[in-house]
Amino acid sequence: MEADYAIVGGGVVGLSVAWGLLRRGRRVIVIDGDDGSFRASRGNFGLIWVQSKGKEQPRYARWSQQSATAWADFAAQLQGNTGCKLALEQRGGYDLHFSEESLASTVAEYEALKRKLGGDYPYEVLDQSALRREEPAIGPKVFGAILHHQDGQVNPLKLLMYLADDVRRLGGQVLCGKRVTDVKKADMFAIHCADGTVVRAQKLVLAAGLGAAELGPKLGFKAPVRAQRGQLLITEKLPKLINRPSITARQVAEGGIQIGATEEEVGLDDGVTQKGVVALARDAIAAYPALGRAQIVRSWGALRVLSPDGLPIYHQSALMPGAYLVTCHSGITLAPAHAFFLPDWLENTPAAPDLEVFSENRFRVS
Amino acid sequence: MHCDLIIIGAGPAGMAAAATAAQIGLTVVVLDEQPRPGGQIYRDVDRVAPLRGDILGRDFTEGTALTAGLDHPNIHHIAGAVVWSVEEAVSVHYTRAGQSHRVTGKRILLATGALERPMPLPGWTLPGVMTVGAGQIMLKQSGLVSARAVLVGAGPLLYLLAVQMLRAGAPPLALVETQTKGDALRAIRHVLGALHGWRDLRNGLAMLYELWRGGVPRYLAATDIAIEGAAHAEALRFVSGGKAHRIAAGSVFLHHGVVPNTQAARTIGIAHRWDAGQACFAPELDVWGQTAVKTVFIAGDGARIGGAKVARVAGALAALQIAQQLGRITAPQRDQKARSLVRRLQAERAIRPFLDAAYPPMAQALSPQDNTIVCRCEEVTAGDIRRSAQLGCLGPNQAKAFCRAGMGPCQGRYCGLTVSAVLAQENMRSMGETGYFRIRSPIKPVTLAELASAEDTQGHE
Amino acid sequence: MKTVSEFHSLNASTALVSVWYRGRRLDLPEGANLAAALLAVGITSFRETPVSGAPRGPYCMMGACFDCLVTIEGVTRQACMLEVSAGLRISSLADPQGGQDAL
Repeated sequence: MEADYAIVGGGVVGLSVAWGLLRRGRRVIVIDGDDGSFRASRGNFGLIWVQSKGKEQPRYARWSQQSATAWADFAAQLQGNTGCKLALEQRGGYDLHFSEESLASTVAEYEALKRKLGGDYPYEVLDQSALRREEPAIGPKVFGAILHHQDGQVNPLKLLMYLADDVRRLGGQVLCGKRVTDVKKADMFAIHCADGTVVRAQKLVLAAGLGAAELGPKLGFKAPVRAQRGQLLITEKLPKLINRPSITARQVAEGGIQIGATEEEVGLDDGVTQKGVVALARDAIAAYPALGRAQIVRSWGALRVLSPDGLPIYHQSALMPGAYLVTCHSGITLAPAHAFFLPDWLENTPAAPDLEVFSENRFRVS
Repeated sequence: MHCDLIIIGAGPAGMAAAATAAQIGLTVVVLDEQPRPGGQIYRDVDRVAPLRGDILGRDFTEGTALTAGLDHPNIHHIAGAVVWSVEEAVSVHYTRAGQSHRVTGKRILLATGALERPMPLPGWTLPGVMTVGAGQIMLKQSGLVSARAVLVGAGPLLYLLAVQMLRAGAPPLALVETQTKGDALRAIRHVLGALHGWRDLRNGLAMLYELWRGGVPRYLAATDIAIEGAAHAEALRFVSGGKAHRIAAGSVFLHHGVVPNTQAARTIGIAHRWDAGQACFAPELDVWGQTAVKTVFIAGDGARIGGAKVARVAGALAALQIAQQLGRITAPQRDQKARSLVRRLQAERAIRPFLDAAYPPMAQALSPQDNTIVCRCEEVTAGDIRRSAQLGCLGPNQAKAFCRAGMGPCQGRYCGLTVSAVLAQENMRSMGETGYFRIRSPIKPVTLAELASAEDTQGHE
Repeated sequence: MKTVSEFHSLNASTALVSVWYRGRRLDLPEGANLAAALLAVGITSFRETPVSGAPRGPYCMMGACFDCLVTIEGVTRQACMLEVSAGLRISSLADPQGGQDAL
């Protein structure tokens, strides 16, 4: 089995890169895990989110903005190809605040970032009454909110499914149920799987999420990714209650209200806990009191893929040139960037984005 | 609240375990969803036995002996308790009358019984279509019997409900049975074993005789079954004996076996294996019903389908082992008490291999046509699931993400086995390899206000 | 809405209480299982699904299938897990106020 690119990881990140490469005529094989693999693509909140990102690194803020801006075009092309409905909405999103102090300190951070971005950071501050005009379900405990106009939401599961569909339609091969055990490089990469499958490719993209921690060092990457658990809840399908999404809750197109998410450092445990779901319920009711009467029909836990500074890692291996590490926390927000812009970097074209700040060189050897 | 043993479910296994444990001196909390004890098999038995005992028979009325066993100072039976979370460090959350409560203990016994095997057929979501178990619950608890019913599927429960309806003066219009001659031949090799359960065999034959005498038509080896109707079930279509049939009916009751209700056990990560003989997933247990999670035991149909008599013995055995582990009885005392129970367990289980072979799941419902709804909650069809398999879904969790099967409020109870079966067929993998939905709490939907009212959890993280 | 029940009752007459179902007054046996009591008066479809609007009624009668959902005081409940009590106001999720308007 041979291709121009082997992509290890069949989640949204790996499939977005695969899709972008296939559209440029490259031959691509995606090597994916099994039904029980940790999959951030299956557990995430579905936000296309710009605000709060890159407060310490404006390049990340800019990269997120560029991707968010490309989302409409990305969705249109994917929908055109597959006839799907991704439930994309980019009408802004909220960061809700329960005190004047927390709102003021966030505004100060956003102002600083806005200056670094040359003023391109379109947000506004809503006091409680302004917020309730937009969101009548907001409760009295909410002091106010930051409405960032570049934020939005999408159905992340449909994104995953239609990428899986369209990658195949474009001629990509997706090998499922595989576990990569070893990678060797002579003139080509030879990727060995536990079941004996060997995939040969000119280039290799490691987009295996948390799996990169184990596989990365074999390819010469530090791959310092760790898991951070998020627990989420979703209600029964309800009539329209929430207009724009916030990091506290969003109403999905099917009607359910998704509530998230905890941030827990518990290693590779993606379970849900009594404590976690109770805390989420309390926070959600504080923001949207009417949710008290809604039935929770499901909960889940998923593991965020985090680098030490929370930013993506885009890095070509010095040990094995042609091997690239692509990993990030925000695979949904960054899907268009990975589909449209990253292939230029992988192919080293003149249009390649400058991703130096995202290289592994920023992490000291531990 | 704190106790030695928390039992979830007040059916035969739970009630027998509670009585056994309480007599030894353990403090027991029994949590059950229903307003009165009995489980599904003995539903509301204390109230109903005097009213309709003649129709429902002794196998029902003898349940009063078990409910009587709950009347013990060491047993706190909490009715109307909807358990939404079970944690292995022995903490159970439940809601009751809109408020969440927490019980802690030293051991948990899951006695959550069985669910009827999903039976996806064209039209099975129409009002008027119910499970045979539901038809029996209507009769038992509410004294309501359908005037124009057809019973469809396979298994002794079909005969039992038909006989009870006959005795109630409303015989079903017909039994449309799906087991085949081949199934009967395969069952023959289990007949010798089944003779140890001769009482069950005799009861089965007596039921068939009663139905024959009552003039209830039986159609055998039925295929191509579909329920017709616009807003309500109006008729059943099927093929039997080489001929197409259509029976106008107001109620259609479906059944092709029961399977363990594994929802609670799965939330705490207890391993389940595929049981080919019973065509279902069952938890991995030792002889006492203890799981690899040492604080958690499972007894009754939730462990392995065996019926009420097996369940009550299994419940008592689990209670003995728990009592021994908590130091209330010695191992020799436990073994002495267990000896006669084990013999009873073997006798009561003798009929099972014969029944499993004679009344296997209906083939059509294990591999529904593309346009048949499989997931009732999200209205996902068999074709949608096959499409997910074509997009690389090897198991039900990826398929759930792709097509929403199992995402609704029933949490996969009535689609899970079908989703796995369809994926296994499409991917040419075994059921064991294909696996099952990852089930998480809340085990049953709970309002956010109820969740928020939960007593603070301690001792975690 | 069907008004002739598919079910007939074996019970001797029991005390009836009034409840409101989608704005309509019904007299049902006090303490009876709500799903069974609605079926007994000829109500077979309890709701329309949020996905396709298809009618649904009780399927399992044991709290597992979630097809007999009704709305009571703004909260979705399984009718088969409730008992009839005087003054109960039952509506549908799509129209949660439906039970209230009639009063």
